[in-house]
Amino acid sequence: MEIGAYSFGDTQRNADGSLRSTTEAIQNLFAAIVHADAVGLDYFGVGEHHTATMPASSPGALIAAASAATNNIVLGSAASIISTDDPVRIFQQFATADAISGGGRIEITAGRGSSVETFPLFGYDLGEYDDLYTEKLDLLMSINNAGSETVSWSGTKRPNIDALAVVPRPVAGKLPLWIATGGNASSSARAGKLGLPVSYGIIGGEPHRFAPLAELYRRAGAAAGHAPETLKVSVAALGLVAPTKKEALERFYPGWHNLNVEMGKLRGWPAPDKRAYDAQAQAPGAYYVGSPDEVAERIVHLHGYMGHMRHFLQTDIGGIPQEHLLESISLLATEVKPRVERLLAHK
Amino acid sequence: MDNRDLAQGESQQTIGILGAGRVGTAIARLAVAAGYQVKVATSKAAAENELIIEIVTPGAIAVEALEAATADLVVVAIPLHKYKSLSAEALSGRTVIDAMNYWAATDGDIADFENTELSSSEVVAAYLSGSHVVKSFNHIGYHEMEPDAAVSGSPGRRALGVAGDDVGTKERVARFLDAVGFDSIDTGDLASGKFFEPGTQIFNGSFTSAEFSRVLKTGLVAV
Repeated sequence: MEIGAYSFGDTQRNADGSLRSTTEAIQNLFAAIVHADAVGLDYFGVGEHHTATMPASSPGALIAAASAATNNIVLGSAASIISTDDPVRIFQQFATADAISGGGRIEITAGRGSSVETFPLFGYDLGEYDDLYTEKLDLLMSINNAGSETVSWSGTKRPNIDALAVVPRPVAGKLPLWIATGGNASSSARAGKLGLPVSYGIIGGEPHRFAPLAELYRRAGAAAGHAPETLKVSVAALGLVAPTKKEALERFYPGWHNLNVEMGKLRGWPAPDKRAYDAQAQAPGAYYVGSPDEVAERIVHLHGYMGHMRHFLQTDIGGIPQEHLLESISLLATEVKPRVERLLAHK
Repeated sequence: MDNRDLAQGESQQTIGILGAGRVGTAIARLAVAAGYQVKVATSKAAAENELIIEIVTPGAIAVEALEAATADLVVVAIPLHKYKSLSAEALSGRTVIDAMNYWAATDGDIADFENTELSSSEVVAAYLSGSHVVKSFNHIGYHEMEPDAAVSGSPGRRALGVAGDDVGTKERVARFLDAVGFDSIDTGDLASGKFFEPGTQIFNGSFTSAEFSRVLKTGLVAV
């Protein structure tokens, strides 16, 4: 089982609650990726977001930089919002990072985005939400599967490509391309049908309730003739690891609180409730907040339902201090991962 | 919750669910567990949904949208911006539960709902002009539906609002809610659905029927 982390960027707060710079947030994120590689974490994902509190707008640029500064870690988007971007550009940026990395550790995860900021930002019509995603995924797959520098494609949401060069090609010929989903059943069926690995973002509720979706994904994949070993599942969730459960709860809460206050202002939610946090931060809740023992046990428990090959956590939300993020990453790599492997070996 | 000891008349009813997203599938599972015959449809052909329905809502059957519309009670849980893809003709004369929300902060602006004083369910009802539209199920998260469902009379049982213009229709919806695991509060006519739309205290919280009534009273005074 691969253990990883992901981030949307996390702008630090001043003592009075005001936001520090988004520049610093990107520098912190870059430092966290380099640190994750140094301590042996398997995977780091950068999720495209376009807000002052979560400013990781450009996963391709960040991953290209990180690919030059790391040695072993797998780097990917988590996710790239392909509906409002140009798949040609996304592919070129990640293939470039792949070349710089030496090959074999750069991935793309295609998503729709859980919020809609990119539609007005890049001038797309929200009414075309489904069509844009479907067509741009088709183009991204066409380029990735082209097998040569020359690509042809036709569609309705973007000009046709008539035997034009899309360069560079990835070292291994193509890049791993994942589908991100928040749990809509038709997304799982689609990923299975296309034979693409699927990444579940489980940010609320009870994670084991996603089990039927993973089953649907595998059954849809098998029905379409895809080999079982190509049908991979990963799980992205919120969480923080600290030496003890008590420290983990205390360290994650302020960021969770800040994030919910900010989301609440946008979406008309009331002040966040500490009881809701406490309920979610323990089994069977959605947050993987705890000691290495507890987090490892919960990952293995979920594995019994999902059969996933990668579990990765978003820790830096709402201005979590950088040292707490870095320690959580260290513990994930050096304490959680060996426990997960031991527990899985004994199952 | 698994509650198969419903009165015969209630359990023999069919529930049509339009939409197989996270909300539609959660309501379908609750209805199956309560003993209803459940038919789920989307804009796609039934054959395309069969695998999804078999695995995600076992016990329900995948049907064409026109067939789901003939059920005794029809739940609409599709992305709101597609509401005009519903067949007003097929749903004419039917009881329709509108589980959708207009939530611009997460889903973006939709002109039909932005440029009006009407609540979102009134806009839907104006389009489904021959249907008995009731607003409910919109203010509980899809991931809360199954954990929060409880048998009738359970202490702390969660209550859901029911807004609609026809008393008899609302009573039928209330019986359905009770069967699948929730108390209900009749908030008044369909326009009163605004008291549990996004941004309201009820939308943002979880309430027993006593708490719900208290909040509603305060809200009515404030508005």
